[in-house]
Amino acid sequence: MNNITKEPLFSAKNLKLFTDQLDKNNPITVQVLGICSALAVTVKLKPALVMALSVVIVIAVSNVVISAIRNFIPDRIRIIVQLVVIATLVILVDQVLKAYAFDVSKQLSVFVGLIITNCIIMGRLEAFAMANKPWPSFIDGLGNGAGYGLILIIVAFFRELLGSGTLMGYPVMEKIGAYSIGYENNGMMILPPMALIVVGLIIWVQRSRNKSLIEK
Amino acid sequence: MENLLNIFIKSIFVENMVFAFFLGMCSYLAVSKSVKTAIGLGVAVIFVLVITVPVNYLLEKYVLDKGALAWLGEGFADVDLSFLTFMVFIAMIAAMVQLVEMIVEKFSPSLYNSLGIFLPLIAVNCAILGASLFMQEREYQNIAEATVFGLGSGIGWFLAIAGIAAIREKMKYSNVPAPLRGLGITFILTGLMAIAFMGFMGINL
Repeated sequence: MNNITKEPLFSAKNLKLFTDQLDKNNPITVQVLGICSALAVTVKLKPALVMALSVVIVIAVSNVVISAIRNFIPDRIRIIVQLVVIATLVILVDQVLKAYAFDVSKQLSVFVGLIITNCIIMGRLEAFAMANKPWPSFIDGLGNGAGYGLILIIVAFFRELLGSGTLMGYPVMEKIGAYSIGYENNGMMILPPMALIVVGLIIWVQRSRNKSLIEK
Repeated sequence: MENLLNIFIKSIFVENMVFAFFLGMCSYLAVSKSVKTAIGLGVAVIFVLVITVPVNYLLEKYVLDKGALAWLGEGFADVDLSFLTFMVFIAMIAAMVQLVEMIVEKFSPSLYNSLGIFLPLIAVNCAILGASLFMQEREYQNIAEATVFGLGSGIGWFLAIAGIAAIREKMKYSNVPAPLRGLGITFILTGLMAIAFMGFMGINL
């Protein structure tokens, strides 16, 4: 083992684990994972930010935990073990949110609980953490969480700005005087269908820029 | 009775799992390439929802809720286990899915073969856990309401996946802009279907 040079913590390979997930291996638009709990929280920017942060924490920590005990998990019951680890972390996040950010926790309602069945987390545990060391798993978790959060925040940004004319509750459209020249909020953006269409448009933009992602 | 019918219609059309809450989107997008498999998965989801929602209702009522353990004796009257909800619900769902799989395999091999790989996948379908969490949040009054809600949500999900699969089969013959092909156009189609389903919003029995 001594003749192997130790890999630096932020080597190019590890960094790539992080940056790839933001664009060309994005969990939502390319891997098609974790859309379930994502879109319903994107009406306003604030719950979307909280949701993104919660998912980043759960995915990074669960990746590390599973990766650390990966050699002790019997293959047959690994799904249950993974679910228990994820569920425990989600309960922690839920209790913290209830204690320190009660109004956001009310807005997110059942969607915090649904992080458990978020396919990104299960998917990364299965595909990455079960076969890699804790540190790369941590980076991979951060990267996937960030890629998920990025889409969430982009969608929420447009929906809140165009739908309610605010950002984080700050009345942007009113301040720049858009209403006085006849601008109206687009009520359609607040409704659920527009979240799907906005994601569709993001995919369109991303794939036009990166031709290799186009499906046959 | 009227109340049950109301919950039923509402959970199918107005509060559709896919179109109003985006639940179960992962399998919805992955398995909607052909109508036949989509229908198989849809039936399996209805099946599992009808079983898990009432079972989780009983768990919530007699184990998890504040004061729910009172039937065990005086000392348990103020125990509040509601923080364990997620863990208990997901464990129950995983166990139920396994059980349903075994029962179906034993009594109806033909149904088992047609549901095939979908049954185990359902344990991590967000629509299942989502239905149980909504059941808890909306505080349905009795087990009949919970069962009807489970059935309605399942049928709503079934309608959604069967519909999108039928459209996607036809889409093969359309000339979609290259970057939108596959995933992108499916998202936009789902959005358009969701807009159509919003027409049911005013329904109130």
